Amino acid sequence: MSARSNILNKLRAGLAGTTPRPDDFDEALVTRPWQYAPEDRITRLRSLMEAVHTEIHQLTTEQWPSKVQELLESRGLKNVLYAPGTEHGKQLAEHWQRAEPRPELLVYDRPIEEWKEELFWQVDASVTGTVGGIAATGSLVLWPDRHEPRLMSLLPPLHIALLKASEVEDNLYGMMQKHNWSAGLPTNLLLVSGPSKTADIEQVLAYGAHGPKELVVLILEDG
Amino acid sequence: MSQRIPVKELTDSFRGRAVGALADDQLRTNFRVAMDSLMKKRADAFPDEEEREGLRELGNHIKARALSRLPDLLEQLETRLTANGVKVHWAETNEEANRIVHSIIEAKQGSQVVKGKSMVSEEMEMNDYLAERHIECLESDMGEYIVQLDGEKPSHIIMPAIHKNRFQVSRLFHDKLGVDETEDVNELIQIGRRTLRQKFLEADVGVSGVNFAIAETGTLLLVENEGNGRMSTTAPPVHIAVTGIEKVVENLRDVVPLLSLLTRSALGQPITTYVNMISGPRKADELDGPEEVHLVLLDNGRSGAFADAQLRQTLNCIRCGACMNHCPVYTRVGGHTYGEVYPGPIGKIITPHMVGLHKVPDHPSASSLCGACGEVCPVKIPIPEMLQRLRQENVKSPAEQPKVKDGGAKYSRKERAIWRFWASLNTSPVFYRLFLWGATRFGKLAPKNVGPWTENHSAPVPARRSLHDLAKAHLNQGDR
Amino acid sequence: MSELFYDAAPNATRVAPERPRPRMYPAKPAEVTLFGTCVVDLFFPEAGLDAIRLLEREGIRVHFPDEQSCCGQPAWTSGYVNEAREVARAQLNLLDNGLPVVVPSGSCAGMFRQHYREVFAEEPDTLKRVEDLAERTFELTEFLLHVCKVDWQDLGQPTQIALHTSCSARREMNTHLHARELLGKLANVERLDHDHESECCGFGGTFSVRMPEVSGAMVLDKTRSLRESGAAEMVTADGGCLLNINGSLEKQKQTFRGRHLASFLWERVSGEVKS
Repeated sequence: MSARSNILNKLRAGLAGTTPRPDDFDEALVTRPWQYAPEDRITRLRSLMEAVHTEIHQLTTEQWPSKVQELLESRGLKNVLYAPGTEHGKQLAEHWQRAEPRPELLVYDRPIEEWKEELFWQVDASVTGTVGGIAATGSLVLWPDRHEPRLMSLLPPLHIALLKASEVEDNLYGMMQKHNWSAGLPTNLLLVSGPSKTADIEQVLAYGAHGPKELVVLILEDG
Repeated sequence: MSQRIPVKELTDSFRGRAVGALADDQLRTNFRVAMDSLMKKRADAFPDEEEREGLRELGNHIKARALSRLPDLLEQLETRLTANGVKVHWAETNEEANRIVHSIIEAKQGSQVVKGKSMVSEEMEMNDYLAERHIECLESDMGEYIVQLDGEKPSHIIMPAIHKNRFQVSRLFHDKLGVDETEDVNELIQIGRRTLRQKFLEADVGVSGVNFAIAETGTLLLVENEGNGRMSTTAPPVHIAVTGIEKVVENLRDVVPLLSLLTRSALGQPITTYVNMISGPRKADELDGPEEVHLVLLDNGRSGAFADAQLRQTLNCIRCGACMNHCPVYTRVGGHTYGEVYPGPIGKIITPHMVGLHKVPDHPSASSLCGACGEVCPVKIPIPEMLQRLRQENVKSPAEQPKVKDGGAKYSRKERAIWRFWASLNTSPVFYRLFLWGATRFGKLAPKNVGPWTENHSAPVPARRSLHDLAKAHLNQGDR
Repeated sequence: MSELFYDAAPNATRVAPERPRPRMYPAKPAEVTLFGTCVVDLFFPEAGLDAIRLLEREGIRVHFPDEQSCCGQPAWTSGYVNEAREVARAQLNLLDNGLPVVVPSGSCAGMFRQHYREVFAEEPDTLKRVEDLAERTFELTEFLLHVCKVDWQDLGQPTQIALHTSCSARREMNTHLHARELLGKLANVERLDHDHESECCGFGGTFSVRMPEVSGAMVLDKTRSLRESGAAEMVTADGGCLLNINGSLEKQKQTFRGRHLASFLWERVSGEVKS
């Protein structure tokens, strides 16, 4: 007998003669306490994320590339990883072309194995998009794909994330339902709610444990 | 734990280890301070009692629903994961699980493993198993890393190095890594970051645990703050997730309340920095992520607890650690006193199913049944009730067929005889009154040292007249 | 929430019991039974008598069945179910007369209110009587507060006290709230909080002798925080905790002491000061 059938048989024996419990999920319990007026959503998200050392700027869609430039230059960073295949990547590249020498634009365009060492140690920053934000918990939703691979938001010490103000939902449940997550998830769906941190020594909060030391969120107002 | 582990010398009983821990002022302070802070954080994270209690009830019902269809959900999970390209393995014992993990690594000719935090891998003693086979298995959670570096085991399931303060960590890093001593926690963490980043880069295989395995979508969900979980599951070419069979939930939406309960109960956070949902290996057009993802489903005694409807509730556990944070016993003796992977109240009720009561005979009795654990459990495991039940199983004679692994570990004819005597005393009014008469009259003559009680107390002296006496006199008087 | 008994099979997966609704209290009865408890019987009989006096003061006739002994808790928490059940059955039989039962000890009241259900889980017929007993069992402070609705004049001198409640009782029956509210009715009594007030004193019945070192550390901390609260004395409505705390204080040669709440209350409302 295999381990699989042994385990399943034992579990089935334990349940012999019983019926499964009914599904009494009450969505009000995970939505009602976490509802906000549209104008409060961003405020809530901001205050929660700022409480865990996230830097946040609210900008127009035109302004953000120069903000990225400023963020990099003020920190003296020499390069930034971006995704040229995305709309926001194109916008960033255009901005870069218009100006004098800037921090170098790097592209994640080959499998990790081909430049692992460099990606782990040499990249200073990254700019990625998000598919939305969650007000209740102060979270960004990242949906990594071939343009913006998983490590892009993890390895560089500075992660700059773009969030459209119109894509902030009240709570995780609403986000899940609206985008019908259960119909199909990517290889790796991520919620990010601040820069990497740890409190493993004396419960003292320290940022930059293994992931980004800094998270900057650029909230883009429409129009 | 097992003889394999080069942990510091521990005496072989809960009580013996407790004596040592109680005498260690530094340890006592480290725990008291940490637990007080964790209790406050949890309380602050649940400001609304109604909301909290409604959510706990929902969490309890979700876990109960999942357990009520556990075998079906495990099969569904396997089907979905397989369709997503994840290879699913089943293990009845730690040995089997380790063999599976080892064979996956061997097939890749791997020699370096980096591990995100996983209590199940602790349960398996995977590090030692692999080390014996010349495979380095490095912890990457900062707390776990510190503990591993010092040849210790975690003392808390969420905060593995909570028993150490910054000075102890500084000395450890100095001794083991050759760095300068520093009292700056940030600097200590940066030392860990640099050391471990190289390891993430080099690792052939990443190992992680699982917080929730979602049957509906075939998704493994992991929560963490540091990013080491994301590293371990993304950077190496192979990812092996290990988890207990009880971690499966039915739907993606079931995770919403459980996640909220977990992070708020554990650390008082509305959510962890990262919530990582993994549904498969790297796809053809993707540029990173592991090429292989494996899930090892471990039983290790869980099906034994599952067999009994009362004890099955133990498997509701989502490993938040709130029960230990609120436990007056744990706070005083620390996690190592329990001598096993899972300390605190949850450790007392889950460990017997894993290792048998013979190995942890004092686990069920090391509690005053104060109920703090059950009160805070986010999925409403009636922990005191479980402890009481395990006490029953612990004192059963072989003829009474204990229902827990190695039950009857504390069976003693002498003790049984004492309780028989106690029962006859308390069921026979004549006998009881005779006892009262003797105790009140001769109580003062009792020895001043009556066993363990007088270690902490003066000898109890019965009153000169019992309430039976006083009440009778008083009430008769009233009748007149 | 959903029906609890969706599935009657004994091995059906369980959910936690529904949250108890606030208890509905009956009108003040003419007669009650006092269940003294074994610890009060032997170690704090005056407190039992003071409980009787407090009830009588409210115009209630108190019965004290001579056959009563122990609620069965020590054996129950030690895992000796059969022995616990025998003793519990004896109490159940003698308390079967429909009178309200008042218990001057929280954890013992909790046995009647909560744990007899588990003790007799396999006896459906007995369970009906168990439910009936649970329904008419009251911890002393709860009874004075919610059933007698006492209205007291405090005849004592101004004083500051600390309150300790058995932790199982506070969690199962909110005894701490009842005691606080009751003490709040005494004009000259100020209740001071103490550090880690809700934490267990370390008694836990046989826990105190099975794990004396851990239990000892707990009671040492408890007595320290009680002493440091600034209170003149500690009061509690739990015999076991009182035995533990006072025994420890005496061993430490401290002068601070705890007292049964019934005795404290009687002193305040009767004006009788005992030596």
